[in-house]
Amino acid sequence: MADVHLPMTLQPLFAGLPRRVDVDAPTVIAAIDRLEEQWPGIRDRLLDAGPEIRRHIHVYVDKERAALDTPLAPGARVDVIAAISGG
Amino acid sequence: MSRTILMVGTRKGCFVLESDEGRANWQMRGPYCDGWPVYHAIYDADSGTIFAAAASEWHGSAIFRSPDLGETWEHSSEGLTYGDDAPKKISKVSTLAASHGRLLAGVEAPGIFESRDGGQTWSLLSTLSGQPGSEVWDDPQNQPPGHLGISNFVLDPDNGDHFFAVVQGIGAYETTDGAETWTPRNRGLRADWPREHEEVGFCVHKLVRSRADGTRMYQQNHVGMHRSDDGGQSWSEITEGLPSEFGFAAAAHPHDRDTFAVIPLDPGHGRVMPDGKAAVWFTRDAGSSWQRSASGLPQDGAHLGVLRQGMSVDTYDTPGFYFGTSTGQVFASNDDGANWSEIASYLPAISSVDVAIVE
Repeated sequence: MADVHLPMTLQPLFAGLPRRVDVDAPTVIAAIDRLEEQWPGIRDRLLDAGPEIRRHIHVYVDKERAALDTPLAPGARVDVIAAISGG
Repeated sequence: MSRTILMVGTRKGCFVLESDEGRANWQMRGPYCDGWPVYHAIYDADSGTIFAAAASEWHGSAIFRSPDLGETWEHSSEGLTYGDDAPKKISKVSTLAASHGRLLAGVEAPGIFESRDGGQTWSLLSTLSGQPGSEVWDDPQNQPPGHLGISNFVLDPDNGDHFFAVVQGIGAYETTDGAETWTPRNRGLRADWPREHEEVGFCVHKLVRSRADGTRMYQQNHVGMHRSDDGGQSWSEITEGLPSEFGFAAAAHPHDRDTFAVIPLDPGHGRVMPDGKAAVWFTRDAGSSWQRSASGLPQDGAHLGVLRQGMSVDTYDTPGFYFGTSTGQVFASNDDGANWSEIASYLPAISSVDVAIVE
């Protein structure tokens, strides 16, 4: 089970979405797909066509910058960050 | 008693201003859409829904919708994609239009998406592929600043298969078969630059169609004001008498085919109202002459810009005109453009203003 931390910008868009959620998934993309099952539309908010992680969304697994295929060990911490974007 | 509703799209969310038929006193609510930049917010009279096209630097493009005039909102971008394997992506939804039970979304890279389920899901309707100009417009290097893609729709209230789409920096195209086929409609326009194709390469900022007579159209172009008397098949210039050939916003009078309003701006980098004096200019004789309307508008140090979706007109017997500025003011006239008042003052930069009468 991964410990996924989400940016505050998502909560207003999805009813009942917490900042922190436990997700059982083998990779980052699988974790996002699990979130999509519960909160339809959240995948589009994190991923661009490709799929690829949106330009100003950064994903870290255990403090290391991650890609969509980065594996998630049991108990991994996943931080999804809305990166600095000015104005 | 009718309610008059203004949808105001801003750089930091959508706002709703409401008044009655008199349109003298306004209440504002918002911001909505969680403060996302909103490029165009409209009211769909068929469904009674507000739709707002928004694009977040973090979370991409989505279209928000409110079925209760702003009280509750949902958003969707389902289907709003060229596909995972496509070479081009959607950077923003620039403009929306609603009619005949269908929503149209104009996006960048240039394409038109439609929704037939009230904005819950979207599908690609047309990229205008094969049209002259299309060979370059998918390349971001070839796109004009703003990167609007499809920047404007003009609908036919009597025929859902008939509408115009403007590709920013390229020109206007007309379809009469629901976007199966297109025809460039730019004949007679001026362009002060070399063009690859005879039919396109024009910078159409805002295209509008008279509600009183569908054959009468107007456009604010990058270079000049233009009028069409044959439903867009040909254009003639009507700039003479205006303080500038440049501007973005335009509105056609709802009851008089010869009356049309524009907001001339300084060209070049400034793109604000000339001399710091705010004004809307009207022609009431189809462009033979122009009159400056400034009563109630600031005339000292008012360096106001107005973008292409930034002006709207209602359909009361004595129509009201509205415009929103890049410095966050909304001005309204409830007497056919004779006098103006400032009805909102400290909003974020305004992208769009749309007005609706709700019974």
